[in-house]
Parts: sequence; structure tokens; C-alpha cells
Amino acid sequence: MRGKTTKLLESDIVGQAVKDAFLKLDPRVQWRNLVMFVVEIGAFLTTLNALGDVLTGGNFKFDIQIGIWLWFTVLFANFSEALAEGRGKAQAESLRLARSEAMANRQLHDGSIEQIPALDLRKGDLYVVNNGEIIPGDGEVIEGTALVDESAVTGESAPVVREPGSTLRGVTGGTKVISGKITVKVTVDPGETFLDQMISMVENAKRQKTPNERALEILLIGMTAIFIIVVVTLVPFANYVGVSISLVVLVSLLVCLIPTTIGGLLPAIGIAGMERLLQNNVIALSGRGVEASGNVDLVLMDKTGTITLGNRMATEFIPAPGVSIEEIARAAMLSSLADDTPEGRSIVELCKQVLGIRGRDIRPKEGSTFVPFSPISSMSGINIDGVQIRKGSAESMDNLIKSVGLSTPDEVNAAVDRIAREGGTPLVVVEGIKVLGAIRLKDVIKEGIRERLNNMRKLGIRFVMITGDNPVTAAAIAAEAGIDDFMAQARPAFKLDAIRRYQKDGHMVAMIGDGTNDAPALAQADLAVAMNAGTQAAREAANMIDLDSNPAKLLDIVEIGKQLLMTRGALTTFSVANDVSKYFAILPAIFATSYPQLEVLNIMGLATPASAVLSAVIFNALIIPALIPLAIKGVSYRAATTESLLRYNLVVYGLGGLIIPFIGIKLVDILVVLLHLE
Amino acid sequence: MLQELAYFAVIVVTLILAFPYGWHLAKVFKGEPNLLTPLLRPIERGIYRVCGINEFSEMTWKKYVATLVGFETLGVVFAFMILSLQGVLPLNPHGVSSFRWDWAVNSAISWVTNTNWIAYSGERDLSYMSQMLGVLVEDYISPSVGFVAIVVLARSFSRKHCPTVGNFWVDFTRAILYVWIPLGLILVFPLISQGVVQNFDPYAVAHTLEGGVQLIPGGPAATIIIYQLICEDGANYFANSMAHPFENPTPFTNWFTMAYILFVPASIVVMIGKLAISRDTTKALFSVMLVLFILVMPLPFYAENQGNPLLEKLGVQGGVNMEGKEMRFSMFEHIMYIIVGMAPANGSTVSQHDSVMPLTILTIIFMVVIGAPIFGCIGEGPMALIHYFIVTMFIAGLMTGRTPELIGKKVELREIILAGASFLFSSFSSLMTTAIVIVSAAGMAVLGNAGPHGLTEMLFAFTSASINNGSFMGGLNVNSYIINLMTPPCMILGRYSTLLVGIAIAGSMARKGQIPISAATLPVASPLFIIAVVFVVFVISALCFFPVATIGPILEHLLMTSGRTF
Repeated sequence: MRGKTTKLLESDIVGQAVKDAFLKLDPRVQWRNLVMFVVEIGAFLTTLNALGDVLTGGNFKFDIQIGIWLWFTVLFANFSEALAEGRGKAQAESLRLARSEAMANRQLHDGSIEQIPALDLRKGDLYVVNNGEIIPGDGEVIEGTALVDESAVTGESAPVVREPGSTLRGVTGGTKVISGKITVKVTVDPGETFLDQMISMVENAKRQKTPNERALEILLIGMTAIFIIVVVTLVPFANYVGVSISLVVLVSLLVCLIPTTIGGLLPAIGIAGMERLLQNNVIALSGRGVEASGNVDLVLMDKTGTITLGNRMATEFIPAPGVSIEEIARAAMLSSLADDTPEGRSIVELCKQVLGIRGRDIRPKEGSTFVPFSPISSMSGINIDGVQIRKGSAESMDNLIKSVGLSTPDEVNAAVDRIAREGGTPLVVVEGIKVLGAIRLKDVIKEGIRERLNNMRKLGIRFVMITGDNPVTAAAIAAEAGIDDFMAQARPAFKLDAIRRYQKDGHMVAMIGDGTNDAPALAQADLAVAMNAGTQAAREAANMIDLDSNPAKLLDIVEIGKQLLMTRGALTTFSVANDVSKYFAILPAIFATSYPQLEVLNIMGLATPASAVLSAVIFNALIIPALIPLAIKGVSYRAATTESLLRYNLVVYGLGGLIIPFIGIKLVDILVVLLHLE
Repeated sequence: MLQELAYFAVIVVTLILAFPYGWHLAKVFKGEPNLLTPLLRPIERGIYRVCGINEFSEMTWKKYVATLVGFETLGVVFAFMILSLQGVLPLNPHGVSSFRWDWAVNSAISWVTNTNWIAYSGERDLSYMSQMLGVLVEDYISPSVGFVAIVVLARSFSRKHCPTVGNFWVDFTRAILYVWIPLGLILVFPLISQGVVQNFDPYAVAHTLEGGVQLIPGGPAATIIIYQLICEDGANYFANSMAHPFENPTPFTNWFTMAYILFVPASIVVMIGKLAISRDTTKALFSVMLVLFILVMPLPFYAENQGNPLLEKLGVQGGVNMEGKEMRFSMFEHIMYIIVGMAPANGSTVSQHDSVMPLTILTIIFMVVIGAPIFGCIGEGPMALIHYFIVTMFIAGLMTGRTPELIGKKVELREIILAGASFLFSSFSSLMTTAIVIVSAAGMAVLGNAGPHGLTEMLFAFTSASINNGSFMGGLNVNSYIINLMTPPCMILGRYSTLLVGIAIAGSMARKGQIPISAATLPVASPLFIIAVVFVVFVISALCFFPVATIGPILEHLLMTSGRTF
């Protein structure tokens, strides 16, 4: 499910943002954005000056206009921040409301049951899980016995028994009851508080600036300080050549030179990044994580769920010599009828296709007995009329056949090897003492994953697949999905070591995890995404939570992180490049009256000194709201090589930043003259 | 045409020779065996033994900075004492007197900061003792300190999770022992062979045809000049710098001296790549330097050849601007010398800077205010360029969607604070001091010229002091209280805001891990990055000086073309 996309300008959000823009003028709030605080001081001084003009009967028309536009500059910047905050909060609220699909059957004290959202469960609550339902939260079984499929968390496909009083009493949110009914006592609060945490992160006062944002802010403050020196020292220099500059013009020059565009939009860019995550149903628990996601250059991916669909599918029967395909299919179907695992069901499906059977309810003969799968024998099957039909791993079947003094035909062994080499899992079917052949179970690679990984690779990201499969199978799947590297026969503890090793080599590592045994690795990873269906421990160790529990979401997160950084870089370049035009607007305006020769610098041909300064200030103010959509939506993002990204952004925002203001200021100047504002 | 080609050939050959020498330098500072090891290693070891230096113990960046600052402070005190007492000290055959205190403070600080602010005339005001001890300070100690700083920074890029940056005493000893002493000994011979003066005689007394008496200065000029060239001090043994026939007697010395000015800075660039284990870094530094070097050329050529339109009106033939130029050299040679001498903040010159065209002085000021990164002052120039690299990489990295990394090191908050501070201090020191002096009555009193030209003189003096160039325009009366006392803060702020920041950055770079190169790494040697750096140099540094340049050299140029001069 994709979260609701908020339109850029939703009226109630805009109304609140306008109000907030004014509230943020409070110096105690405004000083948090130092660049805009400098503009506010400038606006204040200009206003005082204009008031002085009014009182003394001076010419206040120019000063008042400059003052108004300076206030607008600050307000526009505040508005962008408030708008991003409003959208972020709205997105979080809508998510909170949308979290209804995960429901829990809470048992009240009188024994009655009520349906509540899973997120509303609290520690100590009791809930009931029936056959086929998802367990809504971590807890302990206090009543009943159930067979639970924990493959979503542990990767282990065999279901486990959960019952009270034993070491097996713990259940994990996101796992599924295959059979049975249990009552569970909640041991930890599920993650509703995460949404609150997210909301607090988009609010100005509580927002923690991320390291990269702080570094950029420092750079902008440094530039502001340099320009303050430039403007202040211009006063004595101008005096020396016999020109005195009014306070209002000085403030105008300063405001035009300091990086107000990026300074004003910087907070909005960061907040909007988190909001874009929310749109993807991802909750960021720290801004640091959002930023780290852009830097990730190595992604550890579990095979199951990320690269392949969760389950293997039977795709082919390879009969032994002298066995017809129908014969093996029939036997395989019978042995799988009671096998409720996805693999078992896929075998039945394939058999139906091969045998041309339709119909849902196929039953074996009366008097047959099922032999369920057990990890020890690693086989399952059925006994019909005293004949044992078994399917299982090649090894277990071989042992079975050997126990009666026979051996598996070479052709079947060859088929088994081939299947394994090609990345599949072979199963062997035996009827009585006769080996009927092999079944190919294949991991199904998710659609589009290969292209996606290829795009990400252009950005310099490497992928490492983690799987419990043997190296041969792992290599085949990795090759098919286009993965760079894999760790085969990996146990969960491997992940932590792997992450540490990669980090030591200087990589920024991302991983997505769900199980409790993933928690240490998640805590170690630079970008750690926990699935909401995962365990509490995993959620606490992560810096993001994916509400959809979709491992492929990691790729979206990385893209959003990159887009966030690119937007910052692009707008900084644009803002700094703008300065050139402003010099050419304001310097001739200051000096050309005394030194007409300097009129050659007025390359835009601005009408009068007053109109030139006014136009520069107006352009400088208007560019902020003009760029709000870009700041909130992020710059257009595409997967491309580093150099081509840089070339594109340098041309668009660097060269564009040089040229656009020349045109913009000229246009504003024409308007100013037309409206007789100068 | 042949002459022009010969000049470019000299520059190209110098840059090519810089490679083997740069590799040698890298070996020296890595402590690897090199050509000079058999000869100098025993001496080096002896020095460590006598001074009680453990050459294998290293310092943190803080300790390194503290040692460096303490050492430089001692240098200032030492130089101050020499200058204040030279009148009574030996080796003073022509009986010069001691310096006034403000003058001594200024000169001592200018020596130690490698500025070589020449508030005196070497031939008139210094005893042989002061010339020689001054040389010790300004030509061995101060360039060595700049040298070790860039060594530390370059080396830090190849370190991983390392708390230390090196040993100041070891680096410093090696700089003097393996670099300056052998280099000076070898390179001085071409100069002496061409007739650059080298003696210990008292000044000769000549009786002119008109019956007047003229003192002909002499002394150990060649050995001193050689260091003033290769250490980027600016040759000034004789007051007229390289225009003086005793300093620059033949066309060959003109070529050699230009080559000497470029040689060590270019070798340092090669060394940086070797120490940082990144050939790309050398490529990138060289590319940016060459691009800037080519960019600054057209304007002076245009301005000087166009000449002064007022002279043309008066009927002066040709109109090229030969005022303040040595008649032995052609216009081309003058302009080349101006660019080669000023780009690396050397300051050696064959022309009077006060008499060049306004647009030429604009070019010179540009080269100075951007931190003289074109080859650059020993240590400071390439360091300034690396600071630009850091800021550029930060923004460029963001534009490609990741936290930026430079030469395998992540650029983070700390580096941005440091690099930003370096830019802030250097614009502060030159703009603020110029502004303060120009509003003061004392400042106006020392100004020789009015109007925009006067502003240019003042601005040039303080930017030159800030970047440790040490040149100023003749119209300014520099031996005055106000200039003597206002320039040292510029020299100190300018030098240490670059050097100490560089060492601090080295400290944090050495501590970081190394990021492996991936497809997302933006190579510093890519043409795009080079363009981006040049863009940043213009927008961040040069533009800050655009307002004052507008009413300084630019206004002067425009007024001149419309018929007014100052």
C-alpha cells in the first residue's frame, strides 16, 4: 500500500502554514535559522529607517518598499518550512488512520472479544489468534497450542509449535498461525509511538538537525559572515571615493548576497524528505537515518522476500528412466496434499497442470494416512493401501532407498545435481521402493528487481545477498538477479560480522531485518530498516520502520535519501551562483551616480538606481516561493553515473543560477518602472 | 615569437622537472631511502641524537600545532632582537643603524610568516649580519614550516584511523636538510656563473663623471637571492628586485629565476599526490593551477599593450605602458614576470607595480585574494587550494546525492567549519584592515596617491600581507607606524588561518577511515570537478573583492580611458 500523496497546496495546510510563517518571526524561533535571522534584523532596521523617513517627512517610498520585501523574504522562507511541517504532520496522521488493516482480537476481562488496531495493543493486554491469522504483536502464549509459521521472521520454513509454560511460549508479531488457536499476553507496546516520534521530528522546535544539514548550515553561516564583512567594509571604501551608501541600500546588498534561497529552504528540504518516506509507508526514527540512506554504498539483502518471492515454486518434474511424467506427478500430488507449506501447494498446482485436473478439493482414498514433514527426517508423504509415497531432499530419499539395499538411479542423481547447480532446490519422489524422479523447486526472482539493482549500481551501490542456501544455489540466484556478491549458508549471526567487516573497509552498509536475531546487525548497520511485522527488538534497533514489511522498500529509501542530498546541493549551487547578477544590479546603482563611467557594469540596463536595488530585492524574495515546489518534491532524480549527475546539476543549477537572475531582475525592473514603484 | 616560445618552454620544462623532484620529496618525507640518504642520513641521525628527538614518536595534530606555533614565536623574538640590535652587532661594515621597534616587529613577523614584507631596502638598511641571520629565519625556517604543514596534510589522506599526524621536528629537520640546503647549493651556480654578485666586501665607492659619490652595494647576494626565489619570499636583496642588474644580469638569469620561482611549488604538488597516495590529487591540483594560470594571462597583456590613452594623446609613440619598467626587458618579458612572480605569492618582479595598468593590478589582486593557489607560496598555496577542494567537494558531492568524500575521506561538519573559517579569516584580515586604515587620518597620510589608485594601493598592501606575498605598490609609505603595526596581524592571520587549519584538517583526516573507490566516487581529477573548483574560487573568494575592486582598479581603468588619472 502506498500512503496518500498530499497535494502540494492543500488549503487547510496552507492556511496553517501562513499563520505559522508569521509566528516563526518571533526572534526566539527565527534565530534557529541564522541566515534568515540576519534578513529579519535587516528588515527590522529598514522598517525603522522608513518610519524615521515618514516622521521626518523624507522620501519614504523606496525604503518602505524595500522593508516590505525584506519581511516577505523572511515570511516566504518561514512559509516553506511551515508548509513542509504541515504536510509531514498530515501525512503521519493519515498513516495513523490508515493503520487499520492490522487488527487484533483483544480479550477483555469479561472474556468478550473486541477488534482493535494492532497498534493500540498495550503491554499486559490479552489477544486471541485463530487459525490462519497473523499474530499482531510480541507476547507469550498463555492458553492453547498452535503451529506457527515463523518464516517471515526467522527464514526457517518449517512451522514451529507454540504453547504455554514451555520455552516455546514466546510468539512474535508478524508471524502466522497455521493451525490452532492461542491466547497471548502482550509483553511490549507495539510501535504506535513511532508515529508520534516521527511527528515530533518534523516539528521545528524538536527537530534535530542532521550532521550533513548542520555542515551545510555552517557553510552558509560562514558565507553570510564573509558577506557581512564585504558589505560593512564597503562603507569606508565608498566614503573614500566620496560616495555615501544609505543603510537601506546596504541592507539590500547584504540580503541579496547572503545565501537566502538555500538558507530559507533548507529546513523545508529536510522535512519534505521525511514526508516522502512517509508517503512510502516508511517511518524514519531519526533524521540521521534518512541522510545515511543517501550514502549507503553496500546493501545486505536477505534473499527471501527481497530478491525472490518468499516461497519456492515447483516448476518441473524430471522422471526417472522408465517412469512417465504422469506417474511422478500423481505420486507427488498425493504426497503433497496434506503439505500446507507454499512449496507443497505449488507442487499440487503443478501436478494439476500436468495431469489436467481441475477442481479444488482433491482427496486421497479413504484409509490413507498422512506423514507430515519433520525436520529430522526431512521428508513428508502419505501411506495409501500400504504403499508409502514420500517426497523429500535428495539426501533423505537416498538414505531411504539405501535402507532397503537399493540405490538412486544415476539419471536422477544427475538431475538433482543439475537443479542445484541452476539455483533450484531438488526434491525426490519415491513410491514404495521405486524412485520416480525429481521435482525442481525454483526460487522465483521478483519482477523488475534486476533492472532496479542495475540502476542502483550506477549510483555506486553494491549488493550482497544473504541466504541459507548452499553456495551453488546462491551463486545461481545471485547471477540471475544481478547481485554482486553473496554469503551462502549464512546464519543470522553472520550478518553482524559481515557488517562490521564492510564498515571497517569504509562502506556505509544498509540492511533490512525483521527477526530478533537481526537486532544486533540492525543496530550496527548505518541504515537499518525494520519491518513492521518484525519483532520488537528489531524495530528498536533500526532507524527506520517499513509499515508494509516489504524488504524491497530499502531501494526506495536509498533513492529518497539521495534525492534529499541532491536537492540541498542543487539549491546551494543555485543560490550562490545568483550572487553574480546581484553585484551587477546593485554596485552600479550605488556608484554610477557619482561615477557615470561605472554605468558599463549595469549590463542589465536597469532603469534607475532605485529600481535596480528594488528589483534585486524583489527577485531575491520571489525566488524562494518559486522554488518551494522543488524543495518539497525534491529535484528530479534519475539513476545515472556520478559524473553525469554532476554535469546535469552543474548546468541546470550552476549555469542556470548564473543566468536566470539576470533575466528575472530585468523583468522585475520593467514591471517596477511600469507600475511607477521606483 | 622565438622569445615568447622560449619563455613557455622554460615553464613547461620546469613543470616537467618538478615530477622527479616531487617524487624525491615524497621519499624524503616518508623517510624512505633516496638519492641523498647516504650523505645526509648520518647527519640527520646526529641531529636527532643531539637534540634528543625520537624520530619514531609522532604527535597529535594539537601537539604538532602547539610545537609549530611555539617554534615560530621563538623565531619572531630572535629576528626582532637581531634587527633591533644590528647597529651594535658585528658584521656591519657599512655601519647601518638598528631598526625602530615597530619596524623591527613588522620585519620580524614578516620574516617568520614567509611574507618578506620589504619595509626596508635590503642594500641600505640591513647589515650583513641581519641579511644572513634574516636569511636563516626567512629562507630556512619559515618556508620549512610551510613545507611541513602541507606534508602533514597530504600524508593524512593516506592514513587510516590514526591518532597522530607526524613529528614536527623530524619533518622540519628533513625539510631543511634534504630540501633547502642541497637545492640552494645546486641552484645558485647558474646565477653566479651569470654574474650575480657574491662577496663580503664593503660597498664600493664610485666617483661619477659629474663629481658625485655613489655607493655601489655588494655582499653575498647570490646565495641569498637563490633562497628568496625558491622559498617564495620575493627577491629583494637589492631594492629593485629582479630589475637590478646585480640580481638579474642576463636573459639567462631571467629565465632561471622564473623557473626557480615555479620549481619548488610545482614539485610540492607532485609530492602531495605521492604522500596522499592519490595520483588524481596531483592531476587535479595541477589542472586547477594551470587553468587559473591561463585565465589570468589575457587581462595584463591586453592592458599593458593597450597602454595609457592619455600618453597617446600627448603624442607618445606606440602607447604601450613602459612606465616603471626595466628597459632591458621587452613588454612580454615584463608581463610574464609579473604573472609568474605574483601568482605563487613570490613577489619578485622586474616592474614597478605602482606603474602597471589598473587592469594588470586587478589581475594581481585577484591572484592574491584567491589565496595564491597558482603553484603558490610554500605550503600555503596548495593548502588554500585543498580548502577550496573541500568546499567544492562538499557541494558537488551533495549534487550527486551522497555525503561527499575527498581523496577517500569523508568531508563532514568539522572539515567544513575549518575550511570555512580559513576563508572567513583571510577575507576578514585583508578587507577589515584596509577599511580601518583607510578611514584613519594616519592611513590617509601614508597614501601617496589619491582616488581609486590610492584605494588600490591600500587594498593591495593588505591583501598582499594577508597572503604572505609581501609586495606593495611604491606609492604607499610603508615604513610608518600605521602600516608597520597594521600589517603584522594580517600576516599572522593570513598565514596561520591557512596553515593551522590545514594541520587541524589533517588531524581529522588521519583519524577517519578510508572509503573505497566506487562508481559513486567523484574523482577529483575529472574535468567537471576542476571546473567546479574554478567556479568556487571565483564565486566564493574573488566575488568578495568585487565591490572594492569596482571602485578601485576597475573605476581607475574606466576613469583613465575617459581621461583622468591619479
